[in-house]
Amino acid sequence: MSAEIMEFAELIKTPRVDGVVLHRPFMPTVEGTLCLTGHHLILSSRQDNTEELWLLHSNIDSIEKRFVGSLGHITVKCKDLRMIQLEITGMEECLNIASSIEALSTLDSVSLMYPFFYRPMFEVIEDGWNSFLPQNAFKDLESMTDEWRLSEVNKDFSLCPSYPPLVAVPKDVDDETLKKVATFRHGGRFPVLSYYHKKNGMVMMRAGQPLTGTNGRRCKEDEKLINATLRPGKRGYIIDTRAINVAQQAKARGGGFELEANYPQWRRIHKAIERYNVLQESLIKLVEACNDQSHSMDRWLSKLEASNWQTNVKEILTTACLAAQCIDREGASVLVHGTEGTDSTLQVTSLAQIILDPGCRTIKGFQSLVEREWLQAGHPFQQRCAQSAFSNSKPRYEAPVFLLFLDCVWQILRQFPCSFEFNESFLVLLFEHAYASQFGTFLGNSAAERARLCLPEKTVSLWSWVNRPQELERLTNPLYEPNSLVIWPSVAPQSLLLWEGVFLRWNRSSKCLDEAYEEMVHIIEYNKELQTKVNSLRRQLAQLETEDPLLHTP
Amino acid sequence: QKYYHYVHLFLQVEQVRLLDRFSNKSIHGTLYLTATHLIFVEMYETWCILHHHIASVEKLSLTTSGCPLVIQCRNFRVVNFVIQRERDCHDVYSSLLRLLRPVCYDELYAFSYNPKQNDQQREEGWQLIDLGAEFERMGVPCDQWQLTDVNRDYKVCETYPRDLYVPVTASKPIIVGSSKFRSKGRFPVLTYFYQEKKAAVCRCSQPLSGFSARCLEDESMLQAISKANHNSRFLYVMDTRPKLNALANRAAGKGYENEDNYSNIRFQFVGIENIHVMRSSLQKLLEVTGTRSLSMSDYLVGLESSGWLRHIKAVVDAAVFLTRAVTVEGASVLVHCSDGWDRTAQVCALGALLMDPYYRTIKGFMVLIEKDWISFGHKFADRCDQLDGDPKEVSPIFTQFLECVWQLTEQFPQAFEFSEWFLLQIHEHVHSCQYGNFLGNNQRQREELQLRERTHSLWAFLMSEKQNHLNPFYSPAYSEAHPVLEPSTLPYHFKFWRSMYHQFDRSMHPRQSILKTILTLKENSRKAESTLQALESVSTLLHIVIFLSFKLEPTESTDTERTVEGSSGTESRKQSYGELEGTYNSDLVKEEPAVVSLEFGVARMTC
Repeated sequence: MSAEIMEFAELIKTPRVDGVVLHRPFMPTVEGTLCLTGHHLILSSRQDNTEELWLLHSNIDSIEKRFVGSLGHITVKCKDLRMIQLEITGMEECLNIASSIEALSTLDSVSLMYPFFYRPMFEVIEDGWNSFLPQNAFKDLESMTDEWRLSEVNKDFSLCPSYPPLVAVPKDVDDETLKKVATFRHGGRFPVLSYYHKKNGMVMMRAGQPLTGTNGRRCKEDEKLINATLRPGKRGYIIDTRAINVAQQAKARGGGFELEANYPQWRRIHKAIERYNVLQESLIKLVEACNDQSHSMDRWLSKLEASNWQTNVKEILTTACLAAQCIDREGASVLVHGTEGTDSTLQVTSLAQIILDPGCRTIKGFQSLVEREWLQAGHPFQQRCAQSAFSNSKPRYEAPVFLLFLDCVWQILRQFPCSFEFNESFLVLLFEHAYASQFGTFLGNSAAERARLCLPEKTVSLWSWVNRPQELERLTNPLYEPNSLVIWPSVAPQSLLLWEGVFLRWNRSSKCLDEAYEEMVHIIEYNKELQTKVNSLRRQLAQLETEDPLLHTP
Repeated sequence: QKYYHYVHLFLQVEQVRLLDRFSNKSIHGTLYLTATHLIFVEMYETWCILHHHIASVEKLSLTTSGCPLVIQCRNFRVVNFVIQRERDCHDVYSSLLRLLRPVCYDELYAFSYNPKQNDQQREEGWQLIDLGAEFERMGVPCDQWQLTDVNRDYKVCETYPRDLYVPVTASKPIIVGSSKFRSKGRFPVLTYFYQEKKAAVCRCSQPLSGFSARCLEDESMLQAISKANHNSRFLYVMDTRPKLNALANRAAGKGYENEDNYSNIRFQFVGIENIHVMRSSLQKLLEVTGTRSLSMSDYLVGLESSGWLRHIKAVVDAAVFLTRAVTVEGASVLVHCSDGWDRTAQVCALGALLMDPYYRTIKGFMVLIEKDWISFGHKFADRCDQLDGDPKEVSPIFTQFLECVWQLTEQFPQAFEFSEWFLLQIHEHVHSCQYGNFLGNNQRQREELQLRERTHSLWAFLMSEKQNHLNPFYSPAYSEAHPVLEPSTLPYHFKFWRSMYHQFDRSMHPRQSILKTILTLKENSRKAESTLQALESVSTLLHIVIFLSFKLEPTESTDTERTVEGSSGTESRKQSYGELEGTYNSDLVKEEPAVVSLEFGVARMTC
């Protein structure tokens, strides 16, 4: 550890500078001392009542510096889309600070990340690392059906490096079969259970693309596996998240899709969800549009359109609705895959569950969904969230796949504002922590990597922090009334809005909106209070009436 | 809308299909045509469309399933019927064409609409809004502004109201001279007085300046307005048109103020487009949003190319400019466009709304519309196509104003007493011709039509159902702290108003409404409060009864005394229970089993 601290010390050329002026949008200017530590950029005015700035280096996406005389201006652009400005007097100081920030915010080694150094200042009531174990989730499934089993075939991550050690598969399919199927699916991602629809016993599975290649290779075990999930005489749907031409092209690289001839009981539907590098471009353009300071309406709308962000939201939601429709309305089982099965596939399977399963709309249920369908399912968070919208470097694996998922959830939340136990803040919080966090939850790219990093032993789980009364209170939707129904969102463009809570968060003053929200909470609480009073008074009266002998004399 | 009062049926067609315009869903029912309404009755629901709301009817060519009839309404409802037999369809079509083009005012619904009120109630409805009192509220007349009787008989300007407020230094010859130099005689008059800075918002039409003409009286008039405000050395003149339009008007002998001729004015163009541009802009917008299976990209491109939100932003920008000039600089502002009844009305009304919290209340908003739109002669009859008129005169100017207000309510959720339902309801009735308020083009015409005697006032109706229009988040304290609103007009603050333009397309809206939920909760709380109060008094009385019974019980001789005490107690208990009954039965208050036994107990006590 000391060697690592030494490393930080080498990176910090100037640990502190006095007289730094901080500008933040819609907040008063602060003048104070800037300190750089191994993980934080801190600005403190050392006066009471003035908010300090504590910024994780890992939250910094890029910085820009310019000089006016010897006065340096550093613009810090964060992964949560915030932009702040620092004014530093003295060219050398400014250059030192800038290069230190740059170095500290682009550390390569995972083990140097803040979660490994962070010690919780709160009491852990429930260790989040143990909150959502697959065996517990499976117990719920067992109570509904005996057609599935938990397989340990991947317990050492050798069959599929991006899968967890335990996966649910059809009971009649043995581990030997799974091993064969794994060789036929991209990344070894053989079809596994994603969701069981209690209402009609239909299931949703997910996988990687089949490796049919150009000569149409087939795998009998793969066919057997997915056919094992069909009821006699029933057909299922395969939702390929790629457009047909993209899926065709994948053949040349050894990938492909299920041919009708080999899967006669399945109907394949192609939808066009964009791949990760395209999504990254989309995010960059959207954020640029939101930060365009020209007052032109035409420019704003055309930039918004050109970013394609809303199109992506609509496409993902539509595909999720389709999957949900197949299961709930058509009474058919569904297999979802794209190419790798770690991005668009997860967007679709997790959103379909939000639509179908009321359990996923609770705070705990949503955490469990993120844990199952994203973290355990092997969405490469570390790669995807390494950079955000302000990155100057050419994106490699970065993409706002998870952010798009959260955006889609927000859209459904907007349309069913009383059906979710959590509020928008919870979604924003997940966005922030996926990109930069003191917690270990989103570190690594798969369950295997997390195991190797010993995260449960060395870091604190985000869920440990969230699942405390004071945090839960902040994240709870006061309008929540459990709704056991399937909720079908509208995907008409007129019904889908720009997620202002993320994309315009730092470009507008939220004071009025926050106050209105407070007022709403107040109205709801006052109502509850009154109901309680009325009820208790009624009880008292009833009691008085029974106790009073006079009232019983006829 | 109680259509069955007028069951003079023209037509009845069975087996009609009503198609959803965005999905493939349809329902079967029966179509009725009465003198005033088109009614579609289905097993569960009834659709009722006022003829006045219908903007166009189109009969499409026969298909295998029948003859399609497309009806477009002014409240943005679009109805697709499929009528089995072509002859029936033709009958409906031709009857509608005849019915929805009234040629004289007497044919309008307002003259037959009878909400079962007596004359006194109707009269009271019309007295709800008093513009004289409104100017008094602003602090006018005062030492600088006075009421002039120059237009008592509509002699100087027939599209202005009778009562007008002008600077005390503006003599009659100045007024008359100025009016002759202004288009349609609409000379500069006061519309809003910002008491805190003694700054005035005045309105007029364009000057007949041509390329070089000038008018000394008009110059004196502006000078008088400027001098009436000691806080500022100059007067802003806001020409709300794009400069190019104003220049073009010069060729027709009209134009704008030459800064060289008027001392101490600051002239400013603000670039709001004319009624024709607005009309086609909305048409384009509706075309785009009416497309089936619309892609996100086509939607956003369409939103941009329609220019609608750009126009909305231009109006709000102008109002913000006006507000800053008045409230920050303390300067008086004269606003005009061409005739001073469209863009001028938009900007003056919206500016006043930003400056004065009163206009953000339900009553105040009615007053504002009555003042800047109705009394100053916005041509509702022409713009809303009340009679079969010139289609080139039709334009969604007032709709735009309502939308601007809605955009502001989105930015300031606590600043308005009313919710968007109020705005939608007003919009509905501007076109329904069910109430007299918006009939005709100006006050003079309304007097001739004897609207106050022959029709009902919308404001009284809206007031009577005020509960439905309240914004549950409204905070008078907020308005006190922020009397002047300073909205941001960055483009992303302007959103497509789905509740207006897709009001009747249910599938597009959130399935659960926060507004409705919170309104219900507030109503619920209100009822619970009174329940609580009543229960508390019952409880107090019960305690007294128990206390007394405890003291009196051992001796039988005091029996009479006890009865006296007891009965007086139970009597008032009975009374308080009477109040309770309503709340108990309400489904809003969740009942507890204990109530039943208590009720039983009290019942026994009282008998």
